[in-house]
Parts: sequence; structure tokens; C-alpha cells
Amino acid sequence: MTGFARHRRSRRVIATFTGFEADLLRSLASQIVELLRNEAAVPDESRDPFEAMMDFSGPTTAPEDPVLHRLFPTAYVDDEEAAGEFRRFTEGGLRDGKAAAAITIIEGLEEAGLPPELTEDGLMIDVELDEPTAETWMRSFTDIRLALATRLGVEDGDEAMWHALPDDDPRAQAHDIYEWIGWLQETIVEALTA
Amino acid sequence: MSAASPVEVDPTLSPDEITFLAKPWVTIVWNDPVNLMSYVAFVFQKYFGYDKAKAERLMMEVHEDGRSAVSTGTREEMERDVQAMHEYGLWATMEKAS
Repeated sequence: MTGFARHRRSRRVIATFTGFEADLLRSLASQIVELLRNEAAVPDESRDPFEAMMDFSGPTTAPEDPVLHRLFPTAYVDDEEAAGEFRRFTEGGLRDGKAAAAITIIEGLEEAGLPPELTEDGLMIDVELDEPTAETWMRSFTDIRLALATRLGVEDGDEAMWHALPDDDPRAQAHDIYEWIGWLQETIVEALTA
Repeated sequence: MSAASPVEVDPTLSPDEITFLAKPWVTIVWNDPVNLMSYVAFVFQKYFGYDKAKAERLMMEVHEDGRSAVSTGTREEMERDVQAMHEYGLWATMEKAS
């Protein structure tokens, strides 16, 4: 596990993952894709049925799932109508963009040699990203971290609580993964600003 | 092509008030427990084109005060900025400048 660094000559952003790490990253990115594609907009029962049928341009109400709500926050705090309009015009595109970014990670890992099923021990995966691709990975790491943190209930200044959990607690393991993605993101930001 | 004609500016308005009238909306970025400080500063530099010092000052404002007004403009411009912030996973809202 090296984290990301800027290659001195090629200027590409590079990292080496173990097969296990690459497989884990692929699985997290796949879950983001699935989450973004699965939940349909929550139907609004109060609307005129004909009007509702004719309007398939985008959702106007906030997603029920707390992760999706965090990924697509309400833009206007005190104006429900404007917030609904904003959501209608932006959420579809944002969903597609975030799904495409997660797919960029999956494809990058597979192009670098990660097989569909990880069976081999000792496999190492070297990724080399150009700058725009590295930025896409960086953005998608944010989505993965937001998803994990929302599910876990991460709050400001609660690190000691997580580290005090016994190792076999599944929340401790999930939090370790969350911190690992955070560390990967930190190194990719450093590489991009270097 | 046209040439600009002289415009009468209401002499009772201060420069700040003129700016206020022309740019009545702001994009607010809110603190969250997840996003890394380095990442937030990177996004402000990358998307808004702010220099490192300004990006870091705004990031610290988000971190310490819980929110920061990161850009000012027309309603349409702010909708674009808020959408871009959501693309980057930052928690952003917009409101009328006060």
C-alpha cells in the first residue's frame, strides 16, 4: 500500500494496490453505482396524477435514503419550491456524473490487471492516471467516504470512539475502510497539488 | 459591436451597495465531518480559480465557523456553483445575500 504519488518524469498520478485492496475499492465503487441507479425518486402523492405522469424530467423531493440525501443536498434551505426545481434540473445529471466517476475507478483497476474474480495470492495492481482521471478518482473517493460516513454515523471529533471499538466489531472494520479511503484521497490531493 | 455609453450612477449609492444590487445571491458551503481540509481547499482553487491563500482562508472559515460564503453572483450563476459543489461532494446551499 503506497498511496498516490506524482511520477517525476511522466507526471502521471500513480499508486500500487494489493489485489485485496483493489478488489475492495472496486466493490465500494460498484456499490456507489448500484445505489445511484437503484433508488427512484420518491413519488409525491399530493400531485395531480396527470401532471405527475407527464413530468418525468427529474425528482423534486429529497431522496429518502440518507446517503443519497447527503450526496444531493437541498440547495435552498427556506424555499421548498425553488429547492424542488433545482433538484429536478440537477439531480439526474449529478447522479449520472457520480456513477460515471465510480465506473472510471472500476475500469481503471480492471485495465490495470484486476481480474473479475480475485483468486490469485500476491497480485499487485499498479495504476497510472492522467490528471483528469486522477481528479475523477478523487471526486469519487468523496462519494464513497460520504456514503460510508453516513451509514456509520460519523461525527466531528469522534475518532477516539471508533478506535476504542473491539477489532472484531463490524463497525470498527467499516470505519477502518473509511479511514483508508480518506488516506488515499489525501495522497491523491497531495499528488495533484505537487 | 457597440460602444458603452456613459451611465449615470446614483451618487447616493456606495460602491458596496452597487455590488449588492448587481450580485444578490451567495453560495454557502457548510462544514461536514467527512470532507478533508486539503480536499476542500483544492476544490475552491480548482473550481473557482482562487489562489491558495484565498482557498485556504475560505476552507478555514467553513471548518471553524461552520459555513462560508464562497461565491457571489446572479441566481443562475449561484445555481451553477451549488451544482458544481454537489458534484464535488461538498454540502452547499444558496441564499440571497444579506
